[in-house]
Amino acid sequence: MGSCMIVTILDIVISGLLLGGIYAVTAVGLSLQYGVARVLNIAHGEFIMLGAFITFTLYTRLGIDPLISFAICGPVVFAVGFVLYRTLFTRLRNTSPTAGAFEGNSMLACFGLLFIIQNLAILIWGADIKGYSYLAFSVDFWGARFAVNRLVTLGFAVAICLVFYFFLANTRLGKAIRAAAQDPETAGLMGVRINQVLALCFGFGALMAGLGGALISISYKIQPTMGLEYTMIALIVIVLGGLGSIPGSFVGGLVLGLVGSIVTHVEPGLSLVAYYVIFMLLLLIRPTGILGK
Amino acid sequence: MEKKTSKRVFAIGLTLLILALAAAVPVYAPVYTVILITSILMYMIIAVSWTIFSGPTGYISLASAAFFGAGIYTAAILGSAVPLPLVILLGALVSSCLALLVGGLTLRLKGIYFVMFTFGLVELLLHFILWWEVTMCGTTGRVVPPAGNATVFYAMLTILVVLILTVFLIRRSRYGMALQSVGENEEAAAHAGVHVTALKVVIYSVSALFMGAAGAAMATRWTYIDPRIAFNPLISFVPVLMAIFGGIRPIYGPIIGAAIFTYLEEFLITRFPYYYMLIFGIIMVVAILYMPDGLVGLTRRVWKRMSRSRHAHT
Repeated sequence: MGSCMIVTILDIVISGLLLGGIYAVTAVGLSLQYGVARVLNIAHGEFIMLGAFITFTLYTRLGIDPLISFAICGPVVFAVGFVLYRTLFTRLRNTSPTAGAFEGNSMLACFGLLFIIQNLAILIWGADIKGYSYLAFSVDFWGARFAVNRLVTLGFAVAICLVFYFFLANTRLGKAIRAAAQDPETAGLMGVRINQVLALCFGFGALMAGLGGALISISYKIQPTMGLEYTMIALIVIVLGGLGSIPGSFVGGLVLGLVGSIVTHVEPGLSLVAYYVIFMLLLLIRPTGILGK
Repeated sequence: MEKKTSKRVFAIGLTLLILALAAAVPVYAPVYTVILITSILMYMIIAVSWTIFSGPTGYISLASAAFFGAGIYTAAILGSAVPLPLVILLGALVSSCLALLVGGLTLRLKGIYFVMFTFGLVELLLHFILWWEVTMCGTTGRVVPPAGNATVFYAMLTILVVLILTVFLIRRSRYGMALQSVGENEEAAAHAGVHVTALKVVIYSVSALFMGAAGAAMATRWTYIDPRIAFNPLISFVPVLMAIFGGIRPIYGPIIGAAIFTYLEEFLITRFPYYYMLIFGIIMVVAILYMPDGLVGLTRRVWKRMSRSRHAHT
């Protein structure tokens, strides 16, 4: 009885961490786009969906291993994000009278993008639910069985976040991004090419979304309309971790994944409701997030 | 001064004429047109009531779908137990109570936090009611007793007329002025003696009142509803785009925006069902990029430029 309970708990924790790892990767991306580039990207989930479908197509059509296709789908979504910022959002930033107006306008423009990307995806891939099987066997851990693809997903999610964190902390470009996050005007005066850096940030945000999508496609079913739910979850995670904080988004993602896993164990229909309740309580009580100042 | 009065007489005359024409629609127009104009009226109501609060204050509320959906569910639960006018009234009431609660809790949140909260509210209600219906009732959808196309049409038209009158009354009253001052500078408004929070909450619930009424009326035309239909996030976004597309400042801005957008949506869905979202999305992005003051602002700018060049020639 005792060991059975431990196995159940272990099961909940592992699947929570798996979900959490995916949430963390996508939320780090949104955090970069909102925290630095100031675009509340409602279409974030569409980039996730793009990453998932590119990985799916490469694997089922060309037989390219999903873990290798990271190297293809990452740069593709990065380029889409970068170009969008250089054209659409840079223009909006120049024409909006205030920072607040830019936030509102760019959010609505993102809603238009959501429509465009989703429609294109339906035209290319059709509206059906899709999936593939990859590393679909399981291993034993202290009596509990775990699917290998899920463990690999979790491992890669953590690795992606770590690599990105070290990139921000230790490189010149990372420093420029952090400077732009704190104060774009001053960073510009200090010689940071601000438009370039903001566009890169938006691109990196899209990149993280794309990689998150690739990870999702390994363990879950995908469809062109899946984006909005992941956008909302990423939004909840960045509020949970504090807007603009990368470590906060990482921790927030894991926490939300664990909560989701526990709630799903008790009452499967309520996991999304639980997310929203946490989200709204947090906005009311502590809008700066759990790690925020 | 005289010119202003004659302009006003003209505006009132034009409005009455349009109303008279609109009121006659179910008599002479085919059913399809009546249904199309009903949904145009519905979007007009949501876009104008969104503008009541978000226009002057600058708070972008994405909770429209929640208030609209609250009206729909009120109608679905009441069913045929009470007559239609009472259903609409109760839908409006439930919705504005929800807005009082939400507004009281959240209107101290600033900027983007308010946007997120209001959008989260729609999803929260959607998933909670979905769970409730599946676990407690065993089904997801509900059947609403139908009310007939013409009846729903007149209900919508009445709601819109009351709404427009309300907007005029609010704008002319000192509350409208106070709301404008809140939008320009909240702290200054507070120092000038405006009860900022109370004012915001009350106006917010007035705007939800009409969305709830529209929802309750629309439910009787849709006849079958489920949480995904009632709390469709598009209802939160599209009216905002309509208002921006038409122009937020003058009251006819959102009305024109809603009319054009709804017709466009209908046209695209029937002509290009596979490309409808794509074209719609492109129009949205272009509208936001190139028409920051909406259609009304654009027309004014073009008008100004034309009259200037005419002066230059003579």
